[in-house]
Amino acid sequence: MNIIVCIKRVPDTADADISIDKTGKEIDKSGLAFDLNEWDSYAIEEAILLKEKMGGTVTVFSLGGEDSNESLRKCLAMGADDALRLSDPAFAGGDGFATAKVLTEAIRTKPYDLILTGTQAEDDGYGQVGVVMAEMLGIPHVSIVNRIEVQDKKIKAHRELEGGLEEVVEVDLPALLTIQTGINEPRYVSIMGIRKVAKKEIKALGTSDLNLKPEDVGLAGSDIKLEGIFLPPVGEGAAMIEGKPEEIAQKVFDILKDKGGVA
Amino acid sequence: MKEIIVVAEHRRGELRDVTWEMISKGRELAQSMGGELSVALLGKEVKNMAEAIKPKANRVLLIEDNRLEFYNSETYEKVFIQLLTERKPLLTMIGHTATGMDFAPSLAARLKLPLATDCIGIDPKDGTFALTRQIYGGKINASVSFLKPGPQYMVTVRAGAFPAVEKETLPGEIVSIPSPLTDEGLARRFLEYMEAAAGEVDITQADILIAIGRGIKDAENLPLVKELADSVGGVLACSRPVVDKKWLPKGCQVGTSGKTVKPKVYIAIGISGAFQHVAGMKGAGTIIAINKDPKAPIFGVAQYGIVADLFKIVPVIKDKIKELKK
Repeated sequence: MNIIVCIKRVPDTADADISIDKTGKEIDKSGLAFDLNEWDSYAIEEAILLKEKMGGTVTVFSLGGEDSNESLRKCLAMGADDALRLSDPAFAGGDGFATAKVLTEAIRTKPYDLILTGTQAEDDGYGQVGVVMAEMLGIPHVSIVNRIEVQDKKIKAHRELEGGLEEVVEVDLPALLTIQTGINEPRYVSIMGIRKVAKKEIKALGTSDLNLKPEDVGLAGSDIKLEGIFLPPVGEGAAMIEGKPEEIAQKVFDILKDKGGVA
Repeated sequence: MKEIIVVAEHRRGELRDVTWEMISKGRELAQSMGGELSVALLGKEVKNMAEAIKPKANRVLLIEDNRLEFYNSETYEKVFIQLLTERKPLLTMIGHTATGMDFAPSLAARLKLPLATDCIGIDPKDGTFALTRQIYGGKINASVSFLKPGPQYMVTVRAGAFPAVEKETLPGEIVSIPSPLTDEGLARRFLEYMEAAAGEVDITQADILIAIGRGIKDAENLPLVKELADSVGGVLACSRPVVDKKWLPKGCQVGTSGKTVKPKVYIAIGISGAFQHVAGMKGAGTIIAINKDPKAPIFGVAQYGIVADLFKIVPVIKDKIKELKK
């Protein structure tokens, strides 16, 4: 089984105190660590688990600048066979739709049985790239997948619905699945593992290599445009409990007693 | 006529809340733009749902077909390609849900309609729409505009972003539309629904929930919060990352894809407050949030907030409670 996985390198903002930069259109990324998008780490792991079980190849694609090589190398260290980067100044400002177009054109030239993407990215959160790619490639898709079982020329996939419910569907190959977090346990990559793939060549392709015109990609080829960003209004907000740890603890106990009936 | 079409979402015989929320917002938009609201309802024998929607909209576009009994991206896409091509609505609104995320992006790409996903704000602006979305896990809001000049647009709408407001009844009509589906084979087939396995403890029955998130960092740190929960007779719950990492079972998960809880007191520890989590716990009587990031969205829903390193403050709280309970 030949599998293609699309990944993205994103800033890790889950625990970070983030602020808006001077342009008013981006966050200040100077102090932030970057890593493989969380959903994508499950997608690459799932691809490698399938390869280990059934043979075949895993090829990783990413749209991004030279920094993205770091995340592509992480995927190689996890067990991917090949990595390809899609990079062009013309790609700047692209939304989910424009990103899907570039990835689709890059994939068209490759043989594949299965394409995996993350369900969404931690930064933009469009949640659309994979599904749009499937449409453009003319293959079926299943989104938000949290369990898969490969059968002969088809896949049985569990989709995560709301409220703990799952939907089980069957889909003919080739197909595209968008992977939900928690489907597996992404393997740890050691520094040694990264070193082993440090010299592997990662080719970069641009607009002219991909049968795309500059007006099809980046901001020009997008559906939507970012006008500005701002901090979400906090509403009333919480009453902050401050003071020495002892005093804070006393207050928490008082609330538990008063509102929770703790005696 | 400017038409706004809301796609009704239903599962197992129930219209989902996001449907009513979109109808409410869609009607407001239609009124302010001098247009009309239609609700597209696809399914097998769903006339009762059509009747329920009728007084809330100018019309219900009802497409009934046995092949629409269960949601399938392929059948939905076929129906909507025909419907939207014929009616050319100004705006099509679809839930940013497990269903909407699965078919809206491919439908938009197929019909070459500009799409903005996961919108929490939709306002008319110069014949098009100004949108608000959240990025970076809800830590930042983004103002977004459509780049292409329509004249048709599509949005997916976050569940819970707009209130379902009671408005005066409309003399709606039910318009039955023939289904374009045939017995032609599908590349994707629905098999069945599966319920998540029930956990040992039912977190929906607890008066006090001590919920942990990504901030707990490692399964090794669980005893710390377990002790706190035990000391107040509470039950341990968590947000999604904790289940993804297999530190606690799925039955402990609070949020959109887990359980909805309404305890008397909910203590959120090391939980940033992504909307998927908040959707499952905002109905708690009293919410106390402990987080080291003062800008964490959880402080926007909590009544009480503590900005602190959980590993420093939780042991003190636990010891204090033990001492006071003696």
